[in-house]
Amino acid sequence: MAKPVTLKELSKKEILFASGHRLCAGCGAPIIVKMVLLASDYPLIVANATGCLEVSSCISDYTAWKIPWIHNAFENAAATLSGVETMYRSLKKQGKIDKDIKFIAFGGDGGTYDIGLQSLSGAMERGHDMLYICYDNGAYMNTGIQRSSATPLGADTTTRPAGSVVPGKTEQRKNLTKIMAAHNIPYTAQASPSHWADLVRKVRKALDIPGPKFINIISPCNRGWRSRTDDAIMLSRLAVETCYWPLYEIENGVTKITFKPREKKPIIDFLKPQGRFKHLFKPDAEDFLKRIQDDIDKEWERLQKEEACFSS
Amino acid sequence: MAKIVAVTGNEAVANALRQVNPDVCAAYPITPQTDMMQRFSGFVSDGKVKTEIILVESEHSSMSACVGASAAGGRVITATSSQGLALMNEILYIASGTRLPIVMPVVNRALSAPLNIHGDHSDAMGARDSGWIQLWSENAQEAYDNTIQAFRIAEHMDIRLPVMICLDGFIISHSIERIEYLEDEQVQNFVGEFKQLYPLLDLAHPVSYGPLILPDYYMEFRKAQAEVNTKVPEVVLDVAADFEKISGRKYGLFETYRLEDAEIGIVILNSAAGTTKDVIDEFRNKGIKAGLLKPRLYRPFPYVETGEALKHLKALCVLDRADSFGSSFSPVYMDIASSLYPYNDKPILINKIYGLGGRDYLPEHAEIVLNELIDIAETGNVKSYKEYIGVRE
Repeated sequence: MAKPVTLKELSKKEILFASGHRLCAGCGAPIIVKMVLLASDYPLIVANATGCLEVSSCISDYTAWKIPWIHNAFENAAATLSGVETMYRSLKKQGKIDKDIKFIAFGGDGGTYDIGLQSLSGAMERGHDMLYICYDNGAYMNTGIQRSSATPLGADTTTRPAGSVVPGKTEQRKNLTKIMAAHNIPYTAQASPSHWADLVRKVRKALDIPGPKFINIISPCNRGWRSRTDDAIMLSRLAVETCYWPLYEIENGVTKITFKPREKKPIIDFLKPQGRFKHLFKPDAEDFLKRIQDDIDKEWERLQKEEACFSS
Repeated sequence: MAKIVAVTGNEAVANALRQVNPDVCAAYPITPQTDMMQRFSGFVSDGKVKTEIILVESEHSSMSACVGASAAGGRVITATSSQGLALMNEILYIASGTRLPIVMPVVNRALSAPLNIHGDHSDAMGARDSGWIQLWSENAQEAYDNTIQAFRIAEHMDIRLPVMICLDGFIISHSIERIEYLEDEQVQNFVGEFKQLYPLLDLAHPVSYGPLILPDYYMEFRKAQAEVNTKVPEVVLDVAADFEKISGRKYGLFETYRLEDAEIGIVILNSAAGTTKDVIDEFRNKGIKAGLLKPRLYRPFPYVETGEALKHLKALCVLDRADSFGSSFSPVYMDIASSLYPYNDKPILINKIYGLGGRDYLPEHAEIVLNELIDIAETGNVKSYKEYIGVRE
């Protein structure tokens, strides 16, 4: 098992995702990618679903990736990486490769929750030794903030805009972390860039476990969330502290909440700084806000009970 | 020494794949291909191959995994039919655009709707612009031989493109024929070692696969890909010459049958060519100068050589086991018409659609077409340029 690392140790490691990429200022994705790559003690090969991270990090003749990287299409990062990992096993078995290599896929919520879910589910079920990381910014940000199944209840998006009769998204988000845990893979977790030590620890743990792993990481997008460019860490922290984005892991079927806020903040603290929820702060939207709070409370209760089942 | 066996087309191709012994295979069941990958999976389970198999959850993931595995750096195969090929369509373009030498037998079958599992060329015709090389096969022997040659063509340093080997669903995939197998060692020596040019797994030389290329360079990239296609026919012929040395069987860009002195002719792909040849023999016995051209390398289409081989005819019919809805004529017809266009003296060209969804192609059909061609050659009168045959009115 990998030892915990200190910030000092991390700061001495080479950054494998180079600056000069074309992601927006204040985007959560490159922060997450840098943390994930720093966390690993193994050589890595990365697959990337089409999306913001992909189009902004490898525009010919430039690449931000100092490690081997492959982009295939939108919905198939998991299947693509399963091919890479299988070739690795084949060549290793034949004695043509001797190094221990680890494989990570990055996909946004569109490429993971929606169009890529089948490919992801298949790869996880087949047991490939790979870690799939979803950077979840809650909409199709690359194409211009369209609704995805990860878009939170009430959010204003360009395909489900808040109008005079529609209050933004009227459905709950899909709980993908739960779906992935239901695959009975050895490790599933949720993380946030605001809690870097927790994120780094989870990645290191995941990479040490053989087989398929999934980590869902919240990734603020100031364009889509309509927040300030320097709010990514603050907003991801509020997501955790309001229990909108609980930090937990499910290791071999055992659920553990890895961070419990001392005082659970009201969801409006997370919603208010974001323009995509602005319409919910009009006087007639109180019921809708209550519904959002109720949903979060219910899921947080459920998660705590789930954890309690294993600790008793 | 060659071993003579009685096997189905699927079995023959599965055996060719075993003899090549690829590093990775992605497999997903679809009729009528299923039996081929089933047999190959059996070789994996019995340790007859070194191959690692990925039993994917769809053909889309099958081709996606092939792209990943091939880029990673090794020999990669899969196989499919019909809806499966249609589902892969998006990734076919990525495999060819990324210049990955994946080899894929396609057991040709009709496309839905209505659902139909039988022999038809609509599936591979739908992929004819995908940048894949297509080799078509009349019988199990040709499917076996084409599969072995496909690796050398795909992996040639001037080419590095994926290849599909087309064989007719059920008619060839499930019928038992006499065929000659090469020895395992002969096949191994023929295909040789494969070395990926920029393997993703080479940690010392990290590469990025699948970049975004904007209007500043996309067109140059595409032009380069088009230029690679122009080199394919020569490589196909070189590989065929080497293959003849070990097998005694001769292959070209296409096969001509009694065509040189013919006045009327038929162009037809795959298994129906066999039936047609028999009927041509009957007509020749009656003193009628009939001939046939059966395309083998259909993509990239060797239009210069094809036009040259057909230009002397008086009347020519292209029989197609697929249509191209909304366009002027069926797929092969359009290619043949283009190949003949530059010539002032050229045959009168007609188009027949036959055998869709496994409808039998009978000797009578070839007879009707040849009789019609005789009439056209004599009178110059064409009653119909495009027609479905063997169909209820």
